[in-house]
Amino acid sequence: MYQPELEAMGRAELEALQLDRLKSLLVRVYENVDTYRRKFDDAGFDPRSVESLDDLSRVPFTVKDDLRAAYPYGMFAVPLSDIVRVHSSSGTTGQVSVVGYTQGDIDRWADLMARTFACGGATNDDIVQVTYGYGLFTGGLGAHYGSERLGAVTIPVSGGNTKRQVQILKDFKVTVLACTPSYALLIAETAQELGIDPRELPLRIGYFGAEPWSESMRLEIEERLGVRAIDIYGLSEVMGPGVASECEHQNGLHVFEDHFIVEIIDPETLKPVPDGEYGEVVFTTLTKEGIPVVRYRTRDISRVIPAACGCGRTFRRIERVTGRSDDMLIIRGVNVYPSQIEQVLVGIPNVAPHYQVVLTKRGAMDYVEVHVEVSPDFAFDEVRELEALQRRVKSEIESALAVSIAVKLVEPKSIARSEGKAKRVVDLRAQEGEQP
Amino acid sequence: MIDQLSVFLENKSGRLAELTRALGDARINMHALMVADTSEFGMIRIICDTPLRAKELLDERGFGAVLTPVIAVEVPDAPGGLADVLDALDGAGVNVEYAYCFVEPSGEAVDVFKVDAAGAEDVLTGAGFRVLSAEELYVPDSSS
Repeated sequence: MYQPELEAMGRAELEALQLDRLKSLLVRVYENVDTYRRKFDDAGFDPRSVESLDDLSRVPFTVKDDLRAAYPYGMFAVPLSDIVRVHSSSGTTGQVSVVGYTQGDIDRWADLMARTFACGGATNDDIVQVTYGYGLFTGGLGAHYGSERLGAVTIPVSGGNTKRQVQILKDFKVTVLACTPSYALLIAETAQELGIDPRELPLRIGYFGAEPWSESMRLEIEERLGVRAIDIYGLSEVMGPGVASECEHQNGLHVFEDHFIVEIIDPETLKPVPDGEYGEVVFTTLTKEGIPVVRYRTRDISRVIPAACGCGRTFRRIERVTGRSDDMLIIRGVNVYPSQIEQVLVGIPNVAPHYQVVLTKRGAMDYVEVHVEVSPDFAFDEVRELEALQRRVKSEIESALAVSIAVKLVEPKSIARSEGKAKRVVDLRAQEGEQP
Repeated sequence: MIDQLSVFLENKSGRLAELTRALGDARINMHALMVADTSEFGMIRIICDTPLRAKELLDERGFGAVLTPVIAVEVPDAPGGLADVLDALDGAGVNVEYAYCFVEPSGEAVDVFKVDAAGAEDVLTGAGFRVLSAEELYVPDSSS
């Protein structure tokens, strides 16, 4: 553990620390941020009335739109003279929001990312290739500072130029790779094309995050890259990567609860759900100075795993995020997370776990076509077998989603691979509806 | 057994042209090409020179290509030639997954079979048919 005195502290001690920090946070945001003062006043919530962690449930939520409305600096809790860096959300779901960091925030973030690397088994003897994008996206610099803080050799490659990524992986004797899971698969494919077997390289751990992925995709990455694949979690509104991380047990992500309070709520009733039940993940940042958030609704769907972990950390774990409520598709009234499709595909031979969901309207009905890549080394060349494969993919996806779909088999590597986030869904329903 | 190139193609206009152009640009000569298709996709089967080099080239160009072992038999280009071969296979309980034929410049017909059982070559040789080697049909990779 990078900070064992914090990561393995007793729950009572941890909760006392959280309460102290929560009290000071609520007063701080009330006094310094108009948005919070207005929200608290409207809800009749007195930030000085907090006596226990349970009081958090009385505090109004913060949503992405609050941050957008405050664009660019409106929700900063310190003067700009105290801000040393800004990042911006990736804007995948609309207008961007801007987040600011004080020097203290940057230091704590580096500690939390160092914790993340240590959590998955990396040490200062490792050589870390940071392939998350450097720039406004928090992934690159977040991982970079954490790797340096851990004392590892840090290679700031940033994203893109996959052949060069493979070359560096090999030549620099890289032992740790940090990138998005879909890019990890692209690196594996590219290495194969270049005649390099990544499993024979010193590479041993991968830290993958910034997009939802599945357990089956983890197995594929581990098999093809010869790594232990660690799921890491964070979002720019809360800090960036380093909010939660899997440990070597790879069974849920420890939320760094000395800095973040995690709640799971029912997105309809907005009431907290009991540990173990699925719902929307909500974070409160306890130590952030630049732009603290209070009960920030992430739109990510997960649950708290209600058991202690064998690693000795006392921080509670959340299950891997398999979908965002933003990504959730409502198809003929059924809630569908695209990541369920990937889960199915990894279990079927002769197809690759790359897919794209194309949604259109046929009359009043939603029509769903899932494009699935034939694996580059498909094992047969009979049309009959291909049709059987198509039927199998269709029936397995249908039983997982409980929605009827059409499947189109497409050529290997024909679905665009992103070097950042994968474009899994093309929703043309509204567009076609507007046509005369 | 000989190596046949099998390429999965979506039914998109120009895709077959791109495939054959890629082979042509690399000076890879084709001896036979057969298309099995549905309304959505096709499987292109090709007998060509240096099939391994062709496969690697197509992989690089973003095609999905694999090498499939098939049997090639030379029969006289005369009525009943193919039927005799199929009778022999049927008699030995060998199922034919697919078959196609082409005629060599020499005037002999070549029948190509994908079968579901090992030992089909021995069946045919035993029945007096001339099973062709890779060298007799195309330029193999080793000698390229």
